[in-house]
Amino acid sequence: MQQDASQKDTLLGADELVLNMGPQHPSTHGVLRVKLKLDGERVRGTECVIGYLHRGVEKIAENRTYQQFAPYVDRMDYVAAVSNGLGYCEAVEKLLSVEAPLRARVIRTILTELQRIASHLLWLGTHALDIGALTPLFYCMREREEILKIFEKYCGARLTTHAFRIGGLQYEAYDGFEKDVERFCKDFERRIQEYVTLLTGNSIWIGRTRNVGVLNAADCIALGASGPILRAAGVKWDLRKAQPYAAYDRYQFEIPVGTNGDTYDRYMVRMEEMRQSRLICLQAIENIPEGPIMGKVGKVLKPPPGEIYHSIEAPKGILGYYIVSDGTIQPYRVRIRPPSFINLQALDKMIRGHLVADVVAVIGTLDIVLGEVDR
Amino acid sequence: MADEPKPSQEPESTPPEPKGASPASPPKNDATPAAPPAAKPVAAAPKFPLPVQMPLDNDLVRRYREHFGAAILDALEDRKQPYLVIDSARLSDIARYSRDEEKFDLLEDFTAVDWPRREKRFDLIAILYSFPHNTRLRLKIPVAANEQPGTLSELWPTANWLEREIFDLFGIEFAGHPGLKRILLPDGWQGHPLRKDYDILQQDTAWVRENLGIDSGQ
Repeated sequence: MQQDASQKDTLLGADELVLNMGPQHPSTHGVLRVKLKLDGERVRGTECVIGYLHRGVEKIAENRTYQQFAPYVDRMDYVAAVSNGLGYCEAVEKLLSVEAPLRARVIRTILTELQRIASHLLWLGTHALDIGALTPLFYCMREREEILKIFEKYCGARLTTHAFRIGGLQYEAYDGFEKDVERFCKDFERRIQEYVTLLTGNSIWIGRTRNVGVLNAADCIALGASGPILRAAGVKWDLRKAQPYAAYDRYQFEIPVGTNGDTYDRYMVRMEEMRQSRLICLQAIENIPEGPIMGKVGKVLKPPPGEIYHSIEAPKGILGYYIVSDGTIQPYRVRIRPPSFINLQALDKMIRGHLVADVVAVIGTLDIVLGEVDR
Repeated sequence: MADEPKPSQEPESTPPEPKGASPASPPKNDATPAAPPAAKPVAAAPKFPLPVQMPLDNDLVRRYREHFGAAILDALEDRKQPYLVIDSARLSDIARYSRDEEKFDLLEDFTAVDWPRREKRFDLIAILYSFPHNTRLRLKIPVAANEQPGTLSELWPTANWLEREIFDLFGIEFAGHPGLKRILLPDGWQGHPLRKDYDILQQDTAWVRENLGIDSGQ
């Protein structure tokens, strides 16, 4: 599909123009450069230039111990650091064939779901801002702040939290943790309603998002696009249900799906995901089991030689870790499957034939974080 | 450092070098061989009471063996996760069969691992997921340094960028790829950083000097 096109696209027709967007364009949310081939206002092809934020995370992993590498994963998707940490810790636990205690897994689930809400809130605020709705950003930041405060009280950090440890947790839930989560969740229902009032029925919002950046289910799977993008195309699939990890099998929640796979559907799916995450948190704080928070893992981790692949449903899609151990204290190879990197590849397919102004809508709806794209 | 290949068939028994660059690096104990995940796994790793890699022989593996015979070099299970070691010459056939007949419709990830002392230096790792069956299967494809495996991007467009990343960081070229060029590093960069003989502190100093106007990026 798109490959043969990307080759031919370097040859310009008489009416065509190449426009450089980024790497310092505000709506690219980081350092993404997109070369647009335009025919008037229509986009005829794109080429993404990435790597400005490449830090060689996978190379660093080979030169650190298993524990030393854990804080580095927070710096990939830096607006959803807790999810990154969950995936990494669980992957290493699988490699060691140990499991975190139930109490640790439940607290992990709560924090990860709060992180999902925080990530979606940041997406919603900036996405709306890109399209021209200024107000939701302030509301979203206000609620996100509440979540970051809970993180700060829990582990002392707001963004790059390093909240989890291999084998469980380092910190017990602080006094009043359940109360804080409950207060946020109770309040949040009303807050979502505010965003709905501002956007869902707004005809400008609908005009800018409906039938823009359509990606159907078959294309999603062929391009590997996952998370809300896949669900908006109508595929009722979520790793939390398909292959439950942490403590997700204990809680009831729905997988929201869309029908058209357009920007509006992705908006609706993410909004509903926030509501579902809220429900998971409320169920979880009702009964946090007593018990230890750290499993039986040694101070020096030497996983048996071999390999493991573990993936979780991060806010942006499938986040996978493929780790090869050679029996030493350092991983032989760590491969991170970044959802943003793979979802970004769908940009070309989604934007062809649309207007230049829609490019910011489509980049926004992909919900990419450049720290994760470039690693 | 890694330019001292042994003629042995099980070369990963000594873990490859450049980890020495890190101050936290442990003394490598050559007496206890690390199990080569690709080669003979069951006999290895005497330190651990239970072997973590087991030969695998279920219906799925039997079907693959029926179709591709000797091209399925090995079928193993590591911590309950199955993988097939396959011949790189049959890669696209086996991938097509996996997608169309066995319904592994998602190429979840495609990456590589470097084993510099082995005869076939790289392992390509394709992680497949099946939506209908909710199962995963890994294909492990040993390839030599000068070999050009066929592209998977015709079967799964997602492989386009993933193969570019492998080319960028490992230097493996894919035959038939529609636009194989670097993706994360700058186009003019020399070297492939995820190879084991590329040191953690190493960089293309000439490129840095020329393009950034500084002596070192460190």
